[in-house]
Amino acid sequence: IKKTLAKPGVKNIVLVDGVRTPFLQSGTIYADLMPHDLARAALQGLLNRTGLPKDAVDYIVYGTVIQEVKTSNVAREAALGAGFSDKTPAHTVTMACISSNQAMTTAVGLIAAGQCDAVVAGGVEFMSDVPIRHSRRMRKTMLSLNKAKTLGARLSLLGSIRLAHLAPELPAVAEFSTAETMGHSADRLAAAFGVSRLEQDEFALRSHTLAKKAQDSGLLSDVISFKVPGKDIVSKDNGIRPSTMEQMAKLKPAFIKPHGTVTAANSSFLTDGASAVLIMSEEKALAMGYKPKAYLRDFVYVSQDPKDQLLLGPTYATPKVLEKSGLTLNDIDVFEFHEAFAGQIMANLKAMESDWFAQTYMGRKTKVGAPPMEKFNSWGGSLSLGHPFAATGCRLVTTVAHRLQKEGGQYGLVAACAAGGQGHAMVIEAYPQ
Amino acid sequence: MSPMTTGFWVKGHGQRSLSVSSAVLARTHVSYEVKDNVAVVRINDPTSKVNTLSRHMQAEMVEVMNEIWGNAAVKSAVLISRKPGCFIAGADINMIQACKTAEEVTSLSQEGQKIFDQVEKSPIPIVAAINGSCLGGGLEFAIACQYRIATKSKKTILGTPEVMLGLLPGAGGTQRLPKMVGLPAAFDMMLTGKNIRPDKAKKMGLVHQLVDPLGPGLKSPEERTIEYLEEVAVDFAKGLAGRKVTVEKKKGLVQKIQDFVMGLPPVRKQIYKTVHSKVMKQSKGLYPAPLKIIECIQTGIEKGNAAGYLTESQNFGKLAMTSESRALIGLYHGQVTCKKNHFGKPERDVKKLAVLGAGLMGAGIAQVTIDKGVATILKDTTEEGLARGHQQVYKGLNDKTKKKSLTTFERDGIMSLLSGQLDYRDFENADMVIEAVFEDLSIKHKVVKEVEAVIPPHCIFATNTSALPIKDIAAASKRPEKVIGMHYFSPVDKMQLLEIITTNKTSKDTTASAVAVGLKQGKVIIVVGDGPGFYTTRCLAPMLAEAVRALQEGVGPKKLDSLTTGFGFPVGAATLADEVGIDVAAHVAEDLGKAFGTRFGGGNVEVLKMMVQKGFKGRKSGKGCYVYGAKSKEKKVNSGAEDILKSFKLTAPPAVSADEDIQYRLVSRFVNEAVLCLQEGILPDPVQGDIGAVFGLGFPPCLGGPFRFVDSHGADKLVQKMKRFEEAYGNQFTPCQLLLDHAKDSSKRFHK
Repeated sequence: IKKTLAKPGVKNIVLVDGVRTPFLQSGTIYADLMPHDLARAALQGLLNRTGLPKDAVDYIVYGTVIQEVKTSNVAREAALGAGFSDKTPAHTVTMACISSNQAMTTAVGLIAAGQCDAVVAGGVEFMSDVPIRHSRRMRKTMLSLNKAKTLGARLSLLGSIRLAHLAPELPAVAEFSTAETMGHSADRLAAAFGVSRLEQDEFALRSHTLAKKAQDSGLLSDVISFKVPGKDIVSKDNGIRPSTMEQMAKLKPAFIKPHGTVTAANSSFLTDGASAVLIMSEEKALAMGYKPKAYLRDFVYVSQDPKDQLLLGPTYATPKVLEKSGLTLNDIDVFEFHEAFAGQIMANLKAMESDWFAQTYMGRKTKVGAPPMEKFNSWGGSLSLGHPFAATGCRLVTTVAHRLQKEGGQYGLVAACAAGGQGHAMVIEAYPQ
Repeated sequence: MSPMTTGFWVKGHGQRSLSVSSAVLARTHVSYEVKDNVAVVRINDPTSKVNTLSRHMQAEMVEVMNEIWGNAAVKSAVLISRKPGCFIAGADINMIQACKTAEEVTSLSQEGQKIFDQVEKSPIPIVAAINGSCLGGGLEFAIACQYRIATKSKKTILGTPEVMLGLLPGAGGTQRLPKMVGLPAAFDMMLTGKNIRPDKAKKMGLVHQLVDPLGPGLKSPEERTIEYLEEVAVDFAKGLAGRKVTVEKKKGLVQKIQDFVMGLPPVRKQIYKTVHSKVMKQSKGLYPAPLKIIECIQTGIEKGNAAGYLTESQNFGKLAMTSESRALIGLYHGQVTCKKNHFGKPERDVKKLAVLGAGLMGAGIAQVTIDKGVATILKDTTEEGLARGHQQVYKGLNDKTKKKSLTTFERDGIMSLLSGQLDYRDFENADMVIEAVFEDLSIKHKVVKEVEAVIPPHCIFATNTSALPIKDIAAASKRPEKVIGMHYFSPVDKMQLLEIITTNKTSKDTTASAVAVGLKQGKVIIVVGDGPGFYTTRCLAPMLAEAVRALQEGVGPKKLDSLTTGFGFPVGAATLADEVGIDVAAHVAEDLGKAFGTRFGGGNVEVLKMMVQKGFKGRKSGKGCYVYGAKSKEKKVNSGAEDILKSFKLTAPPAVSADEDIQYRLVSRFVNEAVLCLQEGILPDPVQGDIGAVFGLGFPPCLGGPFRFVDSHGADKLVQKMKRFEEAYGNQFTPCQLLLDHAKDSSKRFHK
């Protein structure tokens, strides 16, 4: 057995357990819900799974990306609905696709600082309904209408409305700073690293195949069943669809046309879903009679150029967090990387294998190396399981814990990229069996 | 290259009997490899930063193309440059300039036409893969190819800039472009010479596909982007060869209608007429190239290809021999020279600049500085002044976002480099201070002292004055070797010229640093000696004095404007005075009048002073020679100014008051003063004199600047005219010694 990563003077913080709702393609069975409904389901699921007394929770942190304006602090709305004590404060964080990672590390921070002992963290994303706004001009007119005192003033404002006012503003998965959609950036990234269409399709197929296998053999034990109001009980992810290379090859590029390589089949799809984890100080967990699943150890956040290195977060975060923990890539038994696009994963693997990239862009002496594929996302990933933006982080961490238990390893590594050119990585240590 | 191949090259150039392997060895500019039945032809001129269609390049290209066409295994080809920022920047200007006769140039054009004709009729499809500048002959090459793919890089621009050199696209451009992009767009491209960005080029049908530039991967972004472009182009070449990709684009309804309308001869006739009259209106008939371009296009469309190509090559030959083309090419070369730092690398880079005074000039200087990534302090004495200046900078950048040359995020990032303030905070970190405060010596002295108390010892103090001698300002300085003049022109973000003025105490490093800053700001730079009015203001002042005299003699502002623009000045003299500001003009006229005496006389300074008194300060005050502010296009003459002129009325001597006389009175005073500046050593050479006059003062570009004008017009003829004016008016028209020398000896020329 390898050494433990416990550090003197630093509290041991543990993952007690983690759950998630089934991840469904948006516009399917969850279509009529609201985000806090999904979040509520995950939170209730966590309570059921852990048997945690509701008042034992000191704090709730929840992540979300596309905000429903009615529930901007979705953490609080969901917590109230899930039956948590109204005395438990809750706040919402947002950091694109690493929002629930941010929720978890916020929890770790609260515990490490001695302010809390038990924190629930999680994330929700609901893409079946997104806020579509009136145009700025229309909003301005409507706001002025509120202030208009006389009928005449109101009529004249109404009369000023033109057809152009009525064009709605749609949200896009695009960088605000560069106006480039993420898929477009992923395609350019894949091209920059010379990732072929074939490599991308192969990786996507691998993800779906492994996910299917994991689903069929009951490994995805973090998934809870969810009775959707007015619908059936949902207990399985519905985006896993292993296809054939021939079928995938037929798809046209989705972003860079006609010569791009990123297609619908080798990208993660729009997903509805929520996740939640229970994080505690080891002391408290043991005192409450829990058998924790893993230690949450060092973590880092990184950021880089949002234009040309938008999705390279894992490349930057991995060597940094390994260094912090005093580990090398070889020490890691389980890798869980967020799969935004097959091309993005392949580009990151190539970047991690390149001394030139490490030296030229990261100011490092040598490459960190690419994870061996047999240890990498072996139960599927975001490409196949789905990627509800803010819920993915908890899935990654819980999966690492479960894989460490199942496969008998000691260290796991989570890494993810996020919009804004940011990234995150965390080292997880198996809890002694 | 080994000595053997070099020697071999000299002998072997152009010979067709070489074996393939030795020919490959000998080639230095064009190489190719066959990948999967696609010939990838790579161009790279090893002797230059850019690729040009030199004789050398053409010869190798012909060789390579013949080899490719002779190779049955090659089913398609890709043409690509190995240089990151340049596809082909155009024909080799020196090659054209080396020709002695129009016939020689015509045959050059015909050779080019022939090569591109073969390319157009190529039995295999050729894909031009464009990254970086694709201009002039480079674009003509590209449009002869069957398919074009361009990167969306900021460096990728397409265009036909020949007109700006007084030439025309002489290798089939005038014939192919109208068919490709339609008559109106073709006229627009060729008559304006403007650069077309990739997105626009795609919309116009100038290129078929766009490729996004890549960021870092396993190679540098530049290198990988070219590789990627090549990969994409090779795929398209294969697709074209296998007929999986078609060249023809489906035409939309608008296009169909346009094609139909353009098919009607009366419509086309109307277009030619409209374009012709527009050109005449804008160029006053002073530029032959645009008219020849129209003729070429018209001949090609109305009389067929053979006639079109013949007209193109003949007109190209004729244009190359015109004085206008020589003048414009001279300016081009001059501009290249004035975009270099001839004073060496400064000891330290200017990383923080401070600008004093947030007026029009100060804010303009701040804008062009932050725009290039240099942190800038903008200091003013009042909050209102500061807010106005800040808004000017913001608007300047925001206008760029509207034109899409900048994203809003880039704008915000650039703005974050600007620190607006009322105090001297952080001046201890400034590497250079440029003052742009009110033109008053005592105020300037006060500022020098205040600033020197807070800046570090290495910091340079530059003064943006338009007329005050720098040594007088430097008199207040403890470190005159660090004091220099940086004369910007308004509006700073639009005017290309920067006139740098050194005193005999200014150190070389100070000059090097000022030039480096100016170059960073994107300026064309002349470096001149110190004296009242330096070079540019000193040339302008006598011309404006003459303009005032003409006004006093009863030439109305409109007539005066049309006489000056008719001579080739982009802005008429009366309008120019309004733009400069009547108050500034009065100030300068008085100061320089004191310094130079009656030579700077002519018009009565009191006219200007009276106008200032009445509030007619020019455009900025809404009234000057003209009335501004009204939205109507027709400028109205300010009757108040006319009344003043009447009260100062002079009688026009009939012998020197014909239209042409008035034009030459204005121009000869300008030119004489310029030559005098060279004679006195204020101006180091004629090239900088021409560049300064054209880029700073709008001296007619078709004349190439005052010095080239003397060369082409003849110093003797000019002196004759001046003598006649001298008789009527006196010493304002006395030709200077250097001009007399040139008049005496016609072999003396300012330019070779």
